[in-house]
Amino acid sequence: MQVHRVSRQYVIRKLLIMIPSLLGISVVLFSLLALAPGDPFDELATNPAVPPEVRAALRAKFGLDDPVWMRYWHWLIALLQGDWGFSFVSRMDVSTLIMQRLPVTLIVIGASQILAIAIAIPVGVLAATRPYSLFDQVANTFAFIGFSLPTFFTGLVLILVFSIQLDWLPFVYRADIAATGWAFYWEHIKQSIMPVTVLGLFQGAALVRFVRSSVLDVIRLDYVTTARSKGIGERKVITRHVVRTALIPVVTLVALQMPIVFSGAIVTEQIFRVPGIGSLLISSMLANDTPVVMGVTFVSACLVVIFNLIADILYGWLDPRIAFR
Amino acid sequence: MALVSALALAVILFAVLAGPFIWRVPINEIDFAAKLQGPSWKHPLGTDDLGQDLLSRLIYGGRISIAVGFAAMVVAIFFGVLVGAIAGMSSGRVDAALMWVTDLFLSLPQLPLLLLVIYLFREPVKGVLGVEGGAFVLIVAVIGGTRWMSAARLVRAQFLSLREKEFVEAARALGASRLRQVTQHILPNALGPVIVVATIDVAAAIIAESTLSFLGLGFPSDVPTWGSVLRDAKDYLDIAPHWALFPGALIFITVLAINFIGDGLRDALDPRRVL
Amino acid sequence: MAEPLLDIRGLKTWFKTDDGMVRAVDGVDLHIDRGETLGVVGESGCGKTVTARSVLKLIDMPPGRFEAGQILWQGRDLIPLSMDEMDKIRAKEIAIIFQEPMTSLNPVYTVGDQIAEVIALHQKLSRKQAIAGAAEMLRLVDIPNPERRVHDYPHQFSGGMRQRVMIAMALSCQPKLLIADEPTTALDVTIQAQILELMQEMKERFGMAIMLITHAMGVVAETCQRVTVMYAGNVVEEASVEALFGDPRHPYTQGLIRSIPRVDRSAEKKQRLEAIAGTVPNLLDPPLGCRFAARCKFAMDVCTQGLPPLKEVGPGHYVRCVL
Repeated sequence: MQVHRVSRQYVIRKLLIMIPSLLGISVVLFSLLALAPGDPFDELATNPAVPPEVRAALRAKFGLDDPVWMRYWHWLIALLQGDWGFSFVSRMDVSTLIMQRLPVTLIVIGASQILAIAIAIPVGVLAATRPYSLFDQVANTFAFIGFSLPTFFTGLVLILVFSIQLDWLPFVYRADIAATGWAFYWEHIKQSIMPVTVLGLFQGAALVRFVRSSVLDVIRLDYVTTARSKGIGERKVITRHVVRTALIPVVTLVALQMPIVFSGAIVTEQIFRVPGIGSLLISSMLANDTPVVMGVTFVSACLVVIFNLIADILYGWLDPRIAFR
Repeated sequence: MALVSALALAVILFAVLAGPFIWRVPINEIDFAAKLQGPSWKHPLGTDDLGQDLLSRLIYGGRISIAVGFAAMVVAIFFGVLVGAIAGMSSGRVDAALMWVTDLFLSLPQLPLLLLVIYLFREPVKGVLGVEGGAFVLIVAVIGGTRWMSAARLVRAQFLSLREKEFVEAARALGASRLRQVTQHILPNALGPVIVVATIDVAAAIIAESTLSFLGLGFPSDVPTWGSVLRDAKDYLDIAPHWALFPGALIFITVLAINFIGDGLRDALDPRRVL
Repeated sequence: MAEPLLDIRGLKTWFKTDDGMVRAVDGVDLHIDRGETLGVVGESGCGKTVTARSVLKLIDMPPGRFEAGQILWQGRDLIPLSMDEMDKIRAKEIAIIFQEPMTSLNPVYTVGDQIAEVIALHQKLSRKQAIAGAAEMLRLVDIPNPERRVHDYPHQFSGGMRQRVMIAMALSCQPKLLIADEPTTALDVTIQAQILELMQEMKERFGMAIMLITHAMGVVAETCQRVTVMYAGNVVEEASVEALFGDPRHPYTQGLIRSIPRVDRSAEKKQRLEAIAGTVPNLLDPPLGCRFAARCKFAMDVCTQGLPPLKEVGPGHYVRCVL
């Protein structure tokens, strides 16, 4: 069946709505920075890696004696120009550093979301079409267990079983794999299995319940009876008429879950030492590398906003009633 | 399921509260001769790399983890009810502004924000309140401060519908002040769903605390909490798996039990019936 | 006499609930001949809708189940058929339209897609051909600009237009029977007449039979040849339209007819509109005897002792009453 086109105004409107959100996030971050007692650049004084003139230049650039709103303005302009500061620990621009690490995180998050959806949709739909059956109850119990298991614990258990006991999968994620060709990809896949599984199962568990309740809401509607009366068969009734509509609210819920996914990604990256922005955040916190900490926090907040935008567009694409409004 | 969970939670609560009086091994007694041992009669849950007894460390850690969970929930519910009540009673701009802020906080990635605040404020708070107390107050405040949004939205929705109900209108007609309307008539009726959210918040706060400690940004590692014990254990997974499994299982069982209780309460209180 | 198109015999469709078995349909007999319009009337909850949905087996099972009876479609009992076998009959031989046109169409697909879905399946056509067929059907039901409108979504149509779409969809495979479950109840009065007229026109064009379920006696008088009156899960009277309106035998039918507002009568003879006193009996635990007895002004002792049989009082005129 054909899918309608999302109108351009809809997308533009959603893009415009993003701007106040991003500004809000920047205000929150800047307030935290400004409220933090002491001069955020004090620690640079004790850092022998920083020449005094760099520090003086930084102080001047940030105009630490200016009124707050002015400092915010300068900070925001610098942020927008991509001038996110310099990491004295890694000796490179913060933006370069983050860009190096970001793809890994996005791949891990993306793959785990695909895994989560691949689990949640079939399980949730099956459970909803047989409410209160044995399958439903088992699925429900597993879903509960799944989102009550903290990701750091699942990660450790997987390492214990698959790396230490069975020795099937590598323990630690490595960016510099010596192999080439197929072996190269295979090694990458192998080392990604556990982080992706940990995140995917956690997400999937929460999603199963959403999908189930959404399908249960749709399956009682009149047009499902209409679909049954067409003689297209129960399978097509479910896939074409029930699931397709039931997924619309699920898209929003997936987007609302993004902040939680990021939290999970930070933990998983830390456990498996995946070189993404999550482990970068932790290591720069432990190394007192403030510019990187601020940069990563801002980037992750932006990513959540962008995922929300994608969800909004998907929503408009899935639900013709929205895009016409 | 909810009853079994309540029982399990009661057992854990009893163990961490009464545990220190029954199991009197100090948490920081170092015994290198007995390091990294598995469970035995002398150390029922084994020992860590310094030969410290895990059972007493986990009992102590449980106290902290659960206390953080409840305290953070109280903070979160307090702010949530406050924001939700103000938004629900006022209308127009105040409501819209508060809801915008709520949605903004909902879309912020929680863990990076938690980590950032702790990172920025750790040292000064420690200076004022001491190492352990400082960490406790900061962690509770931060977890509570980033988890109030769902309670706020819920309370607002409840208020919007309840304030139009006849019994509230009657109170209004009788000249009850706004504060009295809220505290005497609306809030008690909005409480059911809030209790459900509060229950689930305890579980989420316990996970958040464990996560922070696990990442090394929660309690300092000489203070055992379930998360920090797990962090210390993760480098010894190959030779002392028990060290990681016990705290992990405790977190899991506690959180699972609380979630099941929340679900049971939801069924019993069915928020839709109130709306 | 020729075999009827549809012959329902002693159908019982019950629903299991927390409070017990609800006997929604409790022994219904009715039949429809080729090309005729049968009206099924009765008040809300009398089992008309459940009967209609039972024919296509659109009842959720559980909680519903067929307790007894046969649904003979051209002599073949539908009750034992599997869902796969039912799917070959649905839409192709028996089609149905519902009361709520606003919610009976899937909001996320164009109306063309939804009609084409049926055409492509039962007539084994490609999607493109099926969409062309859908546009043709829309033209038949008098939707202006059908070539453009096939690509519109249900929310872009008004209620009356959506019911036309539903009719187009139901008729797209030229079924032998159209079940119309209160097709006009949710519509404005002016639109109701248009929809009924359209159904009449379609019936003549395709030569199908219609089972028209309604609680409006006026609609029955205008469109049907024969009528079955239902009360509390039973058939209480069956007759041709002329016989039923001219000589209603069951007190319930008489009550129904008297409750039709009539401008001429009330003005001249100052007759008051009569309502039937009381409410429908509880179907969880229906009374032993005639189910109307409690509300009937002619009720006697014998009425509460056993369910009276349907007896023939004239050619093709049956009534379930001891009188």
